[in-house]
Amino acid sequence: MTLVVDLKAEGPIPLDLSFRVAEGELLALVGHSGSGKTTVLRSIAGLWTPTDARVMAGGTVWLDTGQGVNLPPHRRHLGVVFQNYALFPHMSALQNVMAAMQTPDRREAGRLLELVHLDGLADRKPAKLSGGQQQRVAVARAMARRPLALLLDEPFSAVDRATRDQLHAEIIGLRAHLNMPVILVTHEMNEAQLLADRMVVIDKGCLLREGPTAEVMADPDALRAMGIREVAAMFSAVVVAQDEDGLTRLDAATGPIFLPGALGPPGTRLRVRVLAHEVILSRARPEGLSAQNILPATVVSLQQGDDPGVMVHLAIGGDEIVARITRRAASAMQLAPGDVVHVILKSMSVARDRIALAGQAGQVGQPLP
Amino acid sequence: MDWTALSLSLELAVWTVVILLPVSVGTGRWLAYGRFRGKGMVEALVMLPLVLPPTVFGFYLLVSFGRTSPIGAFWQDMFGHQLVFSFEGLVAASVIFNLPFAIQPAQRGFEAIPLEVREAAATCGMSPFRSLWKVELPLAWPGVMTAMVLTFAHTLGEFGIVLMVGGSIPGETKTIAIAIYDRVQAFDDKSAGTMAAALVAISFLTITVTFWLSSRVGRRLT
Repeated sequence: MTLVVDLKAEGPIPLDLSFRVAEGELLALVGHSGSGKTTVLRSIAGLWTPTDARVMAGGTVWLDTGQGVNLPPHRRHLGVVFQNYALFPHMSALQNVMAAMQTPDRREAGRLLELVHLDGLADRKPAKLSGGQQQRVAVARAMARRPLALLLDEPFSAVDRATRDQLHAEIIGLRAHLNMPVILVTHEMNEAQLLADRMVVIDKGCLLREGPTAEVMADPDALRAMGIREVAAMFSAVVVAQDEDGLTRLDAATGPIFLPGALGPPGTRLRVRVLAHEVILSRARPEGLSAQNILPATVVSLQQGDDPGVMVHLAIGGDEIVARITRRAASAMQLAPGDVVHVILKSMSVARDRIALAGQAGQVGQPLP
Repeated sequence: MDWTALSLSLELAVWTVVILLPVSVGTGRWLAYGRFRGKGMVEALVMLPLVLPPTVFGFYLLVSFGRTSPIGAFWQDMFGHQLVFSFEGLVAASVIFNLPFAIQPAQRGFEAIPLEVREAAATCGMSPFRSLWKVELPLAWPGVMTAMVLTFAHTLGEFGIVLMVGGSIPGETKTIAIAIYDRVQAFDDKSAGTMAAALVAISFLTITVTFWLSSRVGRRLT
C-alpha cells in the first residue's frame, strides 16, 4: 500500500522531488509558505497536474504523464483534510462523513465520529461546531472512504494553541487506526517533530532532505531553510508525580527531569521536544545552579555548520539530545566524541506545546477491520 | 378581465422556466467555474438582452424567425406553420430575452461555493454529476431559485418583444401585458385596471415566496 510520488514541473510552480510513504507511516512535508508543499499535496490528489509526474498508491497508478494516465480526483481513492476543513455546510456532521462513502452506512459513520470523540454532535451542522470539532469531522470524513492515502493540509493551522495541542494528541491517538500512508503538510517544525515518523523538507519545490524525523531535526544543514533555531531533539518520558510547587517530575532514559505544569496523571507517556539552542553543556557537574535538570551525557559527534555555531550530538541513556553552542565554546571546552559532559536543561525552556502525549494504541475505539 | 390572456401568459412563463432551468444551471455553473479566454465576451453576450431596447431586440428576433430565415424556413417545413406570430415563436423569444435573468443569479450562486468545498466533494469520491446534485445545487439553490422567479415574473410583464414577434392573436400570442395595452387603447380603463392589479398581485406573491424559500435555505446552513 506504499504511496510513490515522483514530481517534476517547470513554472509557474517549479517542482522537482520524489519520495515514498509506507503504509501506516506518517510523513511530514515541511517547508516555508510558498515552498510548494501544498502543490505537492494537490498533485497527489489530482487537483493539479505537474508537467512530468508519477503517483502510485497501493499498486494503482493515479498519475503517469509518460503513459498518459491521469485519474480525476474522485477516482483516486484518497482522503484529504483541507486547511479550512471544507465541510459541506448544508450537511450535519454525520451526513458529512456519510457523503464520502460509496454506500452510505450510518452506523459506520457514527463509529468514525465516536473515534474522533464527536459522538453526541452527529446532528450538528458545521456552523454550530467549533474549529476543533470541525477539524475532527474533516478527519472522520477523510477516513470514511478507507483511503489508500490520507493527506492532511495544514490541518492544525486554523485553531488556537490549546485546541491544537488537543488535536495533536488526538491524531497520535488515532495512529493505530491509520493503516494507510499519511502525509502531513505543515510549516511548524514543532508539529512535524511531535507527530511524524519521517520528514521531507522542501524549499522552492525541491527536496532538501528526507529521513527519520529525529535525524532530520538534528541536522542543521537540513534545517537551514526552516531556521537553525528549529533544530531539536525529542525523547520520551513518563509522568511520575506532580510536586506541590507546580513542577511535574518525569522519568526518562535521561534520568529524572522536572517540567512546569500539570502534564497528566502518573503513568502518562509523553514526548518532549528540546530545542538545541536552549541546551547548555558543562564539563564539571555544576553546583548551585537555578536550572533543575542536570543530566550526564556522552558526546557522540560534533557537527560544524558554516555559521559560528556547532551542533553537539549527545547520548543520554537511550536517547539523543542536540546542543547548539558556539564554535568558541566548543574549542574552549575541548569537546571530542566520547567525552562525558553534563547537559543542563532549564525546566521552563520546555514549553507546553513542545510536549505531546505519546501514542497509546487501542484506547480510542476499536481498530478498523 | 381577459382570462385567456392571463392563462396564456402563465403558460408562456411556465414553459420559459422549464426550458431555462437546465440552461440556467449549466451555463451559470460553467461561467462561475470556467477560466477561459473570451469569458468576458460570453458574459457580455448573455447580458445583452438586458440593455437592448425591446423593439430592437424584437426586430432581430422577428427577422431571424421569419419565413425567409433558415430557422423560420426549417420550422415551416417541420411543423407546417410559421414560427413568428405563434405561441412556439413566443416561447423561443421568451427563452432568449430571459437569458440574463436566468443565468446571472445562478452564476452568482455557484460562484459563492468555496473552491475548497468543491475540491472536497471530488476528494470524497463524488463524480462531477454527484457533486452537482449533492453539494453544489443545495448550496447554489437560492441563486437558481432567484433566477427562475425573475424569469417567471419578467415573462409575465414583457411587452415590446412579445408584440414584435407575436403580434396580438387572441389565444395564441395575446398575453396579459398586450391585453392591458389593448384595453387602454379601447378606453376600457376598468378591465385594464383589473388586469394590471392581477399582474401586481401575482408578481408580489412570486417574489414573497422566493424570499421565504431562500431564507429557509439560509437557515438550513446553521
